[in-house]
Amino acid sequence: MTRQVIISVRNLVKKFGDFVANDNLNFEVYAGEIFGFLGANGAGKTTALRILSGLSSPTSGEVMVAGYDAKKEPEKIKKNIGYMCQKFSLYEDLTVKENIMLYGGIYGMSLPLIRKRTAELMEKLNFSDYENKLISDLPLGLRQKLAFSVAILHEPKTVFLDEPTGGVDPVTRRQFWEMIYEAASRGITVFVTTHYMDEAEYCDRVSIMNEGKIVALDSPANLKKQYNAESIEEVFIKIARPDNPPSP
Amino acid sequence: MQKVIESFGVSKKFGTTQALKDISFEVNESEIFGFIGPDGAGKTTLFRIITTLLLPDEGDIKVLGLNATTGYKELRSNIGYMPGRFSLYQDLSVEENLNFYATVFGTTVQENYNLISDIYSHIEPFKKRLAGKLSGGMKQKLALSCALIHKPRLLVLDEPTTGVDAVSRSEFWSMLAKLKEYNITIIVSTPYMDEAMKCDRVALIQDGRLLSIDAPQKIREGFSKKLFMVRAPDNYKLIKALRKYPNTNTAYTFGDSIHVTFIDNAPGDMFPAFLESEGIYGTTIEESGAGIEDRFLELMETEKTPPLNPASGSGSGIGEANGGRGI
Repeated sequence: MTRQVIISVRNLVKKFGDFVANDNLNFEVYAGEIFGFLGANGAGKTTALRILSGLSSPTSGEVMVAGYDAKKEPEKIKKNIGYMCQKFSLYEDLTVKENIMLYGGIYGMSLPLIRKRTAELMEKLNFSDYENKLISDLPLGLRQKLAFSVAILHEPKTVFLDEPTGGVDPVTRRQFWEMIYEAASRGITVFVTTHYMDEAEYCDRVSIMNEGKIVALDSPANLKKQYNAESIEEVFIKIARPDNPPSP
Repeated sequence: MQKVIESFGVSKKFGTTQALKDISFEVNESEIFGFIGPDGAGKTTLFRIITTLLLPDEGDIKVLGLNATTGYKELRSNIGYMPGRFSLYQDLSVEENLNFYATVFGTTVQENYNLISDIYSHIEPFKKRLAGKLSGGMKQKLALSCALIHKPRLLVLDEPTTGVDAVSRSEFWSMLAKLKEYNITIIVSTPYMDEAMKCDRVALIQDGRLLSIDAPQKIREGFSKKLFMVRAPDNYKLIKALRKYPNTNTAYTFGDSIHVTFIDNAPGDMFPAFLESEGIYGTTIEESGAGIEDRFLELMETEKTPPLNPASGSGSGIGEANGGRGI
């Protein structure tokens, strides 16, 4: 793997009034890496994710994404990343094809290129029967796979996935991760949050946030070694509730 | 022992979508009964029928000995329902919400406080705060307190842990376990397979049908083949190779290993040499007991409903082994 840095975060602080949501974050993410971004609810993940994707500005610190400064050039960041979240990803009252056209257009792709990518995508996902179906008529699993494909339609350097597999059936969840691997092998950096701890094991490296700070960052294997744990779930519990291990 | 829920052949359609098909099960008094399945499986529809909010198209359902269709008035005062979407009054405070629910059910917070004290004590310091301003975890605790305040005989929890982090999920299940002391029967749905182990019995649900109903341990034991955990330094490469191996039946990623079943129920003599020929070294393999998710995947395979699942045969499926499915 090349060690080209795609995301660089130095001394990132984000405050809302007196509340410190992100407390001096420091990390780098490399090209083609699958980076898992974990933490308990309220730990500050969403805040950081919004800054990294150009939706919110840091209070202080330096954040570079895909070569652009999050404070000065958030619009350029938005153009050069892909984004998908569980709650909203595609317009339900548009068809599959219309959604692809819309997103392609938003990212400034040419019409011939959009057509070409659409055809490739339909073939790859075995989706031709659905091309003219409304998104609301697709089962959730298919919707999420399509949403991911659309998020990387413009071949961004990095894609942000916010709980992309929540509630998805176990077969589709695994197919989705295979798509993530494929994208990463093409050099797309994948930045992903999840509450499924087994999925954390699929990442090259994971960071775990607690109360606004990154308290652990390493490969899943190293983290398990460091925390003397059998699984990432155990590591997570040791970090999030150090003095209050929940009953089994 | 009294049956708290008796469902016979319940079906429900929305337009052309078959949300539930021929659902039959029984829930015993004081048990924690889980419905485990992905979004769109029909869990919420079933819960809305149980709580008398929807009528089934076909079938009969009795809850607490009453017909859910005709006995709804009496039933509603004995059921506590926590819907999947937060549905308390956001512009009332924590305390006001709780008082409101107690009053609607003709009781007081004081009368049943012992039932909720464990849960409510976590949010009591914030009792003047508006419900809409609470964090996700606190909303969940308030919603559970409000669903319990009239001391229902049946508690219905629709995906209480969805989107909740692993630690808070574990704490939530500890709270439910404590409620058993009060003889409250609990039915709960979840998309997280690992939570099945916290239930007394579970029903696996997919595409509107029940795949299996049993104690979680029994469901695991229902796994029909020998299961092997295979590990290699590069699991992505490994699963691609496993799919090429003629003796592979199924291969699914599970955290840091791949769970594999073989057509011959054993990897076979050729296995190590095959992996090396695919450029995979340093593999370990060990036999392992199956988990709920393994069994769920197996049942999904055998009961596969093709119409809306073009993923099969697309070649992009991480769970698709070669062979084994008679292609």
